[in-house]
Parts: sequence; C-alpha cells; structure tokens
Amino acid sequence: MYDPTVARLTYRALLGRRRALILGALPLLLLVITVAVRALAGADDQTTADVLGGFALATMVPIIGVIAGTGAIGPEIDDGSVVYLLSKPIKRPTIIFTKLIVAIAVTMVFSAVPTLIAGLILNGNGQQIAVAYTIAALVASIAYAALFLLLGTVSRHAVVFGLVYALVWEALFGSLVPGARTLSVQQWSLAVAQKVADGNLVTSDVGLPTATVLLVAVTVLATWYAGQKLRTLTLAGEE
Amino acid sequence: MATEHPTATVPGDQTRIHNIGYRSYDGPRLGRAYARRSLYSQSLRGAYGLGRSAKSKVLPMLLFVVMCLPAGIMVAVAVATKANELPLDYTRYAIVLQAVISLYVASQAPQSVSRDLRFKTVPLYFSRPIETADYVRAKYAALASALFILTAAPLLVLYVGALLAELDFADQTEGFAQGLVSVALLSLLFAGLGLVVASVTPRRGFGIAAVIAVLTITYGAVSTLQAIADVQDSSGAVAWIGLFSPITLIDGVQSAFLGATSAFPGGAGPSNAEGVVYVLVTLGLIAGTYGLLMRRYKKVGL
Repeated sequence: MYDPTVARLTYRALLGRRRALILGALPLLLLVITVAVRALAGADDQTTADVLGGFALATMVPIIGVIAGTGAIGPEIDDGSVVYLLSKPIKRPTIIFTKLIVAIAVTMVFSAVPTLIAGLILNGNGQQIAVAYTIAALVASIAYAALFLLLGTVSRHAVVFGLVYALVWEALFGSLVPGARTLSVQQWSLAVAQKVADGNLVTSDVGLPTATVLLVAVTVLATWYAGQKLRTLTLAGEE
Repeated sequence: MATEHPTATVPGDQTRIHNIGYRSYDGPRLGRAYARRSLYSQSLRGAYGLGRSAKSKVLPMLLFVVMCLPAGIMVAVAVATKANELPLDYTRYAIVLQAVISLYVASQAPQSVSRDLRFKTVPLYFSRPIETADYVRAKYAALASALFILTAAPLLVLYVGALLAELDFADQTEGFAQGLVSVALLSLLFAGLGLVVASVTPRRGFGIAAVIAVLTITYGAVSTLQAIADVQDSSGAVAWIGLFSPITLIDGVQSAFLGATSAFPGGAGPSNAEGVVYVLVTLGLIAGTYGLLMRRYKKVGL
C-alpha cells in the first residue's frame, strides 16, 4: 500500500523551492506572534488558548492542509505529468494512499510542531493546553490532508474550494450559524483536545464519540473516493 | 511527389524572383494607446469570466452574487420594518464581507497574470507596441476596476434601497460617498497586493494560496494580537498593530477620516494623528506594489 518512489517524488514536489517557503513562513509567523504576545502579556492560560485556538488551529492548520493536500497531487494533474505516474504498474489506491501519508506528514510537521513550541513558549504547557492543541492539530492534519487530497483529484480549482471551506465555512458560517460547527474538522479536533486539556479553556460544540466517528469516516471515505476518482481520471486541457 | 524534379538545375539565368503582388500595410495604425485599452478591457472582462469558458464564469459571478445578496436582504429588512437607518453602515459593509473580497482577489489576480507567465505569452505582448508600463497599468487598472465593481455594487444597492425607503437623503448620500472612497482605496490596495504576489508564480493554484495567505493570515495574526492587547489594557497598541494587515489598514483609514465606526476590539479606532500614518502607509503600499510590478516586468520570460 505504500510506494517509496512515489513518496519520494511527492516529498520533492511538496517541499521544492517556493512551496516550502510559504509552508515555512506560516509557522514562523506563529512563532513571531507568540514571542511578541509573551513579551506583551506574560504567561497567561487564557491568552495561550486564544492564540493557539484563534490563530494556530483556526487559520494556520487549514491553510497548511490546503497547500499540502492539494499540492500533493494537484500540480501533477494540472500539467498532465500524472499520466506518467498512472501508466506505471502501481495500483491507483496505492498512489493515493502514499500521497496521503506524505501530505499528512508534511501538514503535521509544519502545523503540530510549531503549535507545540508556541504553546510551550506561551505558558509552558500549563493546564496541558500546549499538548491539547498539538493533539488537535495532529488530528486535524489527518482529516484535512485526506479531504483536500480528494479535492485535488476531483477539481481543477481545488485550492479555491479548499480555501472556501477553510475560511468561509469554518470561520464565517461557523461563527454565525451554530449548526455549521457540527460539520467542521476544526470542532471535531477540538473535541479530542478537550479530553486532554485540564481546565475548561478548550471547548468544542461536538461530543467526543461523534467527533471521532466523523473524523474517521471523513478520512476513510475521502481516501477511498480519491482512489476511485483516480481510476477514472480524465485529463482536461487548459480552459 | 509523383513527378521527379531534376535536382541539379542549370545555374544562371533561369532563377528569378516573381513579383506576386505583396504590399506592405500603409493604412492608419491604432497604436499604443489602443493596445493598452484593449488589454485593459480584456483583462476586466476576464476578471468576471466574460469571453472565457462557462466554468470560469461560475466563481466570479457566484462571489458577486454573494457580495450583493446581504445588501438586498438589508434593504428589504429596512423597508419592511420602516427603520430610520440601514442596519449596517456603508463603510462597514466591505469589512464585514472581507472574506468574499479576499477570495475574489485570490482567484482572479493569478488568473490575470499567472497564465501569461505560464504559457509564455508575455513576450508576445511586448512584441506589440506596448511597453512594460502599459502592461502593468492595464492589468492593475483592470483588477482594481473589477474589485471596485464588486465592492461598490452592494453599496449602490444599499443606497438605492435607502432612497426608496425614504430615508434621509443628505445623510444617506454622505454615507454612500464615504463608502465609495473607502472601497476605492480598498480596491487599489488589494489589487496591487494580489498582482504582486500572483506575478511571482506561473502556477495558478499556488498563486491563489499565496494571495490568500497574505490577506488572511495577516488579518488573523493582527486581530489575534489586537484582541490580546485589548484584554491586557494596552489599548494604545491596538491602533498601531492594525497597520500590519490590509483590511485593518482600510478600517483604520475610514474610521479616522471617513466617519466609520471601527471594527477594532474595543471600538478604539486610530486617532487623527495615527490616521495620517494609516493613510500614508496605505498610499505607500499602493505605490510600492506598483513599483514592484514595474520591476517584475522589466525583464520577463525572455
């Protein structure tokens, strides 16, 4: 199910030149903000939860997920070079699974690790907040990567749709319509984080069992459907 | 193919050039200004998908509708409840719907410039009478106009609706004019930022992500910092932090000079002195993005 060559090629495509630059810029910005906040406000649990929840988990993780998830397959389909990969005797689901593993790994490294460091800088893991948000970021990475990888195989405008989901649905509708929060990866991962954190600083609108079931279901279904989609892929020309 | 030509022809007097009547064009030429105007109007139409495939019309039109819909609803509510004023100020409208504007810039700026880079058509443009400045101006003006249409249309809906609901004419006209100035600034600023980022990469998808990152991430970072500064009772810092993201920049300018209420935490907009800095930074950014674009296209694809 895992093909090292495909993985190596995907890593190279994802971390090559400018893409790595933007992937690296976001965590760097988080750390800069963290240091600034710490200097401005001192160690404070509420502030930590605000920064990690408001910036790291709500903005940074989805955007890194979009870049890594769609970037793992989108450009190849876009410029047509995916036919060389598809013509090799490798199963299509294997290709998707390998690319998913790579996308998850990249998203985790670039989102969960900075979150942990930021949490440690902000309040030294008081009330387990840093660890809780890191786990939320890890869980969210898996779901986001699977979701956006599927988008990359389905649509040529995967990045736009991914961003619409991440920004408009989760941020805008999520804050206005309470029902939208039930269908948001962010809330599902927060439900997991809530279990880990001590106090009541980390809260979610979704119960843990529901969240777990939905997370697993979305990840598995998205991966399976992406594999199916790749089996019947038609290459479209540039519009 | 059937007949065999004698390859070794007799040299000398048998070769000749026939005059078959080709003539060079000596009519009027439309010139540089015409080329620039064409590039402008094509880019502007392209920003709404006109003259492109049906699929590429979907997103810009959808965003346009999403942008205007709340305005229509507000007018309907104001008429139905016989309110004395609109539920939302003209100047606040763009700030509230900033996610839609950001998405529009992110989807259309790369469409406008990245494809020229990717398919290496930029040298073809420059083989016509236009020059770097013409290309940059036409593209900049086109995207700024498209954004202005996107942001001013809902204001127009609000204004017409307000007049139909017989709200105070002078009051509404003043608010409408202030709103127009603010969205004009916003259009110029966002178009410049979007084009600069998009013109760096020939990949459309990557361009979209980069533009969104610049617009949204800075806003996320700034509003987080502002919220914390507000909670920590250092309200003086709130206004200065707002300088670091495009949308808060516009917010600051209009709350200092265009009579808007600020969306900053605590409602503490910048004072007049700080407002001057905001205006200077905004104009500086617009000029700076224009300069960067000029530099970017000095040598391109050659």
